[in-house]
Amino acid sequence: MSIFVDSDTKVIVQGLTGGQGRFHGLRNRDYGTKVVGGVTPGKGGTDVEGIPIFESVEEAVAATGATASFVVVPPRFAAEAVLEAARAGVSFVVCITEFIPAQDEARMYNSLRRDYPGTRLLGPNCPGVISPGQCNIGITSGDIALAGGPVGIVSRSGTLTYQALYDLSQKGVGQTTCVGIGGDPVPGTNFIDCLAAFEADPDTKAVIMIGEIGGSEEERAAEFIREHMTKPVVAYIAGVTAPAGKKMGHAGAIISGSQGTAQAKMKALEEAGVTVAKNPTQAAELMVEIVSKLK
Amino acid sequence: MDLFEYQGKQFFAQYGIATSPGDVASTVEDAVAIADKVGYPAVIKAQVQVGGRGKAGGIKIVGNPEEAKVQAGNILGMDIKGHLVKRVWVEHASDIEKEYYASFTLDRSAKLHMAMVSAKGGVEIEDVAVTDPEAIVKYHVNPLDGITLAEARDIAVRAGIDEPAVEGVSEILVKLYDAFVKGDADLVEINPLILTPEHKVHALDAKVTLDDAAAFRHPEWEPYRATQEFDGREKLAKELGLNYIGLDGNVGIIANGAGLAMSTLDVVNQVGGEAANFLDLGGGADANTMTSALEVINTDHNVDSVLINIFGGITRCDLIANGIIEALSRVEIKAPLVIRLDGTNAAEAREIIEPYVSDKLIVRPTMLEAAQTAVNLANGGDAK
Repeated sequence: MSIFVDSDTKVIVQGLTGGQGRFHGLRNRDYGTKVVGGVTPGKGGTDVEGIPIFESVEEAVAATGATASFVVVPPRFAAEAVLEAARAGVSFVVCITEFIPAQDEARMYNSLRRDYPGTRLLGPNCPGVISPGQCNIGITSGDIALAGGPVGIVSRSGTLTYQALYDLSQKGVGQTTCVGIGGDPVPGTNFIDCLAAFEADPDTKAVIMIGEIGGSEEERAAEFIREHMTKPVVAYIAGVTAPAGKKMGHAGAIISGSQGTAQAKMKALEEAGVTVAKNPTQAAELMVEIVSKLK
Repeated sequence: MDLFEYQGKQFFAQYGIATSPGDVASTVEDAVAIADKVGYPAVIKAQVQVGGRGKAGGIKIVGNPEEAKVQAGNILGMDIKGHLVKRVWVEHASDIEKEYYASFTLDRSAKLHMAMVSAKGGVEIEDVAVTDPEAIVKYHVNPLDGITLAEARDIAVRAGIDEPAVEGVSEILVKLYDAFVKGDADLVEINPLILTPEHKVHALDAKVTLDDAAAFRHPEWEPYRATQEFDGREKLAKELGLNYIGLDGNVGIIANGAGLAMSTLDVVNQVGGEAANFLDLGGGADANTMTSALEVINTDHNVDSVLINIFGGITRCDLIANGIIEALSRVEIKAPLVIRLDGTNAAEAREIIEPYVSDKLIVRPTMLEAAQTAVNLANGGDAK
C-alpha cells in the first residue's frame, strides 16, 4: 500500500514536449510509472517516444483514462495548467514549477478549494511523489528509494527529501510513499493531509517529517499529531541558524518577526511527542531505531 | 523586492491612492526646489529601507528654504543603522487630525488574502498587536471574490475609524486591494493613513513589497529594480543566477537546494562553526554554476574554508565535480575546499576529483564529517 499514487495510477504530463517535461516524464516512465499521455496545445497527434500527445487535458483524459497529471510548464502558464487539469476531472495533480506569481497561486489554490474539491494538488515548487516500486511522479531519482515500506516521508524541501530517502534506503529501511509538498507559501497539499493519509495507510508504520522555517504549518502539524496520530513520527526542521527577514531560497522559507522560527517548530513538535532530530542523517538513524523495534 | 517610500507612493499613485504632494530628490538643491514647489511647512524624509528613521533624525519638518537647505544637507549622506541615505522624499507637511493603519497581505495559515485595519496608526503595528490586539481588525478576502466597498466600510467601522473618515478609508481600502492584486505585491501597507482637519483621507507613508516572480508582466518595475541595494557579492551572485545571502561567519557554504543549504548552515553551527553565507545552486546545477559559485565565495575575504555539500537528484554530481576542477584551473581558490557528494553519479564524481585531492581539496563521505573538517580548518586546525 501507499498514499496518493500506486501501480494503477495513470499519469499524463502537461508539458511533455518541453525539455524538462520530456526528461522527467520519460524518467518517470522508465521507473515503471504508467505515463499514458502528454498535453501540449498545438502538438496534438504527435508523440514523445511512443507516448501520445493531446491538444487538451480533457482530450487526454477521455482517450487514456488518466487520473493524475504531472504539470511541468513555465511559471506564467502553470496556474492555468493546473486548473485545466482540475476542470477535466483529474483527481491528483503534481506541479513542480517554481516561481509561480503569488497572486496566481492564491487564486489557483482557492479555485481548487471552492470549485474542484475532488482534485488534490501537490506543489507547486515541489519534487513530487514516489511510492517506491510502483509510481514516481516528479523529479526524485527512483534509484535512491527502496520499496516495501514501512516508512512514510513528507517534506517541504527537495534535496532534504532525497537525503532522507537515501539514508533510509542505505540502512535497508524501505518507504511506502515519499511526498514532497514543496517550499511555496500556499502548498496545495500540506503536512496534515499527508500525515492523515499515512495514519490511515495500514502499511505505513512510522513517518519522517521534514520541515523548514517560515509559516506555521509545522506547528499545525504538531497539533494534528498530538490529537490524531498513533504512529511514531520523527521530524527534522531546517533553518535553525537562518537569520530573520531573509528568504532562504524557497518563497515560503522566511522568518518574519518571531513567526516561523525553527526553534518554535521544534518545540511544538517535541511537545506533541515527536522525536526531533538535529540533522537529516540523525532523523534517518532515529527512524531506523524505531523501525527495528516495530519488527 | 522592497520598495523605498517614494517608489511606494509612485506605485500607489498608479492605483489612485492619494498621497501628499511631493517628489524625490538626491541633491540639496533639488530638495529645496521641491519644498518651494509643494509649499511650507514641508517634510524631508530619508529614503532608507529600515525602521526607526524618525528617531534617527531622518525625518524633519522645515518652515522655509533656509531650513530646507540645512536639513536636506544633514539627512542626505546620513547613515541610518548601516543604510546610507542617498535620496530624500520632500512633501508638503499635512495637518493631521487622526492616524490610522491599513494593509493587505497573504495569510498563509488561512490561504486567503487578509486586510488589517486599525484606528491606532502612526506607531509600529507589531507593538499594537502585542499591547492592544483588539485594536486591529483582521478580515479575510477570498482572492476569487475581491473586496467590495460595502465590506470595506464594514471593516472601517469595526476598526473604530472616526465617522468623518469612514468613507475615505473605505475607498482607499478598495484601491489598496486593487494595487495589491493587480500590482502583484506581497505586501501593501499604509502607516499612517491620515485624516486631515478638512476631513480628507490620504496615505502619509507607503510600504510595498513586490513579488519578484511576477516581474515578467511588469516592465514598469524596471526603475525600482535599478535602485535595489545589494552588497557587491549578492549582486554578483544574482547576475550569475545563484541564490546567495551573505552572513557573518568564516565557513563558505555551497549546496544544492534551499533545504539542504539551510541544513548545511545548521550542521556547521552544530559542530562549532559559523557559516559565511547561504548559497543554493538551485536544481539542475552544472559545471558552470559550480564555477560561478566558487568565484562568488572566493571574493569573500572572511572565508577560511569552503564546504561544498551536494546531494544529486536532478543535479549530476559528475558535472559538479567538473565545475570544481574547472574553477580551480580558472581562479586561484584561496580557502581549502571540503567536498561531500552523494546521489546521482556520485561515484563518477569522486573519481573525477581523486587526482586533485590535496590538503586544499578534501573529500569527506558524509555531511557531518565534511562539516566537521571544514569547521576545523576554518578555526585554524588541520583537516583531521
